[in-house]
Amino acid sequence: MSGYLFALLGALVTLAFMFELLRRRRLREKYAVLWISLAVVVIVFGAFPRLLYVLANLVGIATPLNLVFFLALLVLLIVSVQLSAEVSSLEHEAQTLAEECALLRNRIERLEDGAVVDPPSPPAADPERGGHSPS
Amino acid sequence: MSARSDHRVLVVLPAWNEAQSLPAVLREISEHLPDVGVLVVNDASADETSAVARSCGVQVLDLPFNLGVGGAMRAGFRYALAEGYGVVVQVDADGQHDPREVPRLLEGLAHADVVIGARFADAGDYAVRGPRRWAMRVLARVLSRLARTRLTDTTSGFRAAGPRAIRLFAVHYPAEYLGDTIESLVIALRSGLIVEQVGVSMRERSAGRPSQRPIKAAIYLLRACLALGISLTRSRQLMVPSPEAGA
Repeated sequence: MSGYLFALLGALVTLAFMFELLRRRRLREKYAVLWISLAVVVIVFGAFPRLLYVLANLVGIATPLNLVFFLALLVLLIVSVQLSAEVSSLEHEAQTLAEECALLRNRIERLEDGAVVDPPSPPAADPERGGHSPS
Repeated sequence: MSARSDHRVLVVLPAWNEAQSLPAVLREISEHLPDVGVLVVNDASADETSAVARSCGVQVLDLPFNLGVGGAMRAGFRYALAEGYGVVVQVDADGQHDPREVPRLLEGLAHADVVIGARFADAGDYAVRGPRRWAMRVLARVLSRLARTRLTDTTSGFRAAGPRAIRLFAVHYPAEYLGDTIESLVIALRSGLIVEQVGVSMRERSAGRPSQRPIKAAIYLLRACLALGISLTRSRQLMVPSPEAGA
């Protein structure tokens, strides 16, 4: 069995796996895009091995395999940076929720104590988050 | 609190496992500052901090998990904004800040938005040596230039914030490492707020362990410079929200 065929099969399996994860809503599309495109690229190279030689020649890398390694590292780097960014934004959201939760708990306590409490001001909007919601 | 008697004052104590020192601090505050509101932000303490604070009859915010001083303070600023306080004074729950110095911070608010209580250059046992001291010097110099006034103790957690600063900090109070001290000053200055300092005397913290080991200090220096450098390169797009939200 040729190595290209092996790579091709591996990529096809990955593609099917990603698709299945998406179908079961285990994976959100924004994370799957990168893996799917990676699998597609591997499929293209597996099907047309000559392409790899042409490309390696083009960018001046003597051993085509090194190009593969380089690209693989690059992809992994991008993925981990993307995940770090997502974790940061999740932490930020969790912090805001924790604060909101503490403020509401305090408010409930005062209401239960029968204290006169003004209607709450709307929570301060968080301009660093703006992206997702349509409002 | 002569200069700012038109604003209600809230003392915010971010507290993480401070059940030991908290009662004494709260007693002192109610003794010397009878008409201020007091809010203890319990930063997910493992000990009795929350119960102790409640038994002292002050308002308590219980954070569901540990956010650090920055997150605790932002919750405090939000509380102040929602409850219509015009001044927030941050006081450490470990007793190193003397409540008797608070009126001097409040006086400073008459012509500034943020007033830092800076420990006197050579007051008592609170000596800082080695790389950490250099780091504090560098930070002080850069921030002094930015603030166009002399700041010597930029990492002090004893500070007062006026109405404009509260509106800013309720939204933008950095929760990262050192964010609650250095970066918050940069944010304030970049947003056009006035930062000043007044000299105060500080006590040794009751259960203190300021890190003095060289490796830790070096890491502190690097992280401080990184935090400062990054926040200096940010654009000055942060605006103070309009006042109608508060009042």
